[in-house]
Amino acid sequence: MLHIKCPYCGLRSQKEFSYGGDANVKRPKLNAEVTDKEWDDFVYMRKSPKGHHLELWHHTSGCRQWIKVKRDTITHEIYQTAKIEEQIS
Amino acid sequence: MQNYSIFSLVKNAFSNHQNWEVAWKDPEPKKEYDAIIIGGGGHGLATAYYLAKEHQLTNIAVIEKGWIGGGNVGRNTTIIRSNFMYDANARFNEFGMDLWRNLSLELNFNVMFSPRGIINLAHSDAQMNAYARRGNSMRLNGIDAVLLNREEVKKYIPMADFSDDVRFPIFGGLMQPSAGTARHDAVAWGYARQADSMGVDIIQHCEVTGFEIKNGKILGVNTSRGNIKTKKIGLCVAGSTNLLAEKLNMTLPIETHCLQACVSEPVKPLLDGVVTYGAGHFYISQSDKGEMVMGGDLDGYNSYAQRGNLPTLQHVLTGGLALFPFLSRQKMLRTWGGVMDMSMDGSPIIDKTHIDGLYINCGWCYGGFKSTPVSGWTFAHTIAQDRVHELNSKLSLNRFTTGELLDEKGLGTKTWIG
Repeated sequence: MLHIKCPYCGLRSQKEFSYGGDANVKRPKLNAEVTDKEWDDFVYMRKSPKGHHLELWHHTSGCRQWIKVKRDTITHEIYQTAKIEEQIS
Repeated sequence: MQNYSIFSLVKNAFSNHQNWEVAWKDPEPKKEYDAIIIGGGGHGLATAYYLAKEHQLTNIAVIEKGWIGGGNVGRNTTIIRSNFMYDANARFNEFGMDLWRNLSLELNFNVMFSPRGIINLAHSDAQMNAYARRGNSMRLNGIDAVLLNREEVKKYIPMADFSDDVRFPIFGGLMQPSAGTARHDAVAWGYARQADSMGVDIIQHCEVTGFEIKNGKILGVNTSRGNIKTKKIGLCVAGSTNLLAEKLNMTLPIETHCLQACVSEPVKPLLDGVVTYGAGHFYISQSDKGEMVMGGDLDGYNSYAQRGNLPTLQHVLTGGLALFPFLSRQKMLRTWGGVMDMSMDGSPIIDKTHIDGLYINCGWCYGGFKSTPVSGWTFAHTIAQDRVHELNSKLSLNRFTTGELLDEKGLGTKTWIG
């Protein structure tokens, strides 16, 4: 069981969260001209690193806020969590 | 190579089974090969076997960082089926079913292919309609599909919960009678033994550390046991695909996730074929040893840990208990996890890449085992002929850019939905 520290609610069980994937993926600017490749990269292409991974989680059964989580994809250790607008090193 | 038969068994019994030949050798890597397959799992070994058998390429090697058959081919739930709706997936896997039917004979190794059928259960009228559609698509591709009503399902699985007050009553199901299971380890060993006998070097404990590429051409591979020259490399590394892609400066439409499975203690024969629950993600079959073999959802977040997390297992087995209440009285024997190369549309990729001489085989998601023979067969063709076969022409790497997705059931990682 993962325990994720929501920056709004504190330490909660993983059962309250849903996963939102790689937090480094940037959506192309709205209404801007985008190439097929840019859109492809945004929708489908993922690095999926082994080790440190910066990712999005949604506190679905809690405050319903999206948060950032820095987690290890081998040990599942969670190093840091932050609000969506905050930077994680 | 020593032939396996009742006679060789009897003969070796007289010497207390001390004089069996080794099934495959343990060679030192040569300086150069015509082609190298990275990954000694089911798909990699099958690819090597078909390269040697169908394309007479025998100066080749399979390199594996661990031991052969130690990854997903030794961790899956052994289900073999071709109940797909889309032409590309259906034809690909039905070709594979033909390979499966003859595999034990061809490999002279009993892979215990046991076609006892698969039933996908439906729990609503809408689901029955969807299955009728899928069944019709399958039959148009020459695959056996039978739509069962509630009473017909009951004949197959009388121990399921058919009471009236359940949340998701069984309306019926779609059955593929020719689907089944096989002994997963035997598939890897059988392919390894035959490939080895045709001259393929199977090199274990040999990890890839880098690639030699010049002017967009593959020149060789660097490994923990030295640098090896080759002009053709086939990647067959399932859950490690993203890691090798990183060494190649490639980004793929793949995420690596953990999928769990579990078995109960063995019990007497109870369940004949494979059954999948339609109101949750849960599937079950009974092994030849009598264990109930079960699986379901991914853990739900990127993972390279070959072990799972309890909340997912609990969620999967909740669905299982709703379908088969008798499971509540069974003890769990083992649970384990494997890392899956989840493609973004749920279908695999077998294709050439932008690097000359580099071929890729990945994106098997939940179901790589069933496609082991056909994956090896088509991948061998792609590598040997330097062009895709018609069977894998739609399993392309660029379909995510062109939009020709094969989103069979929306089973990809779905990360963009969140």
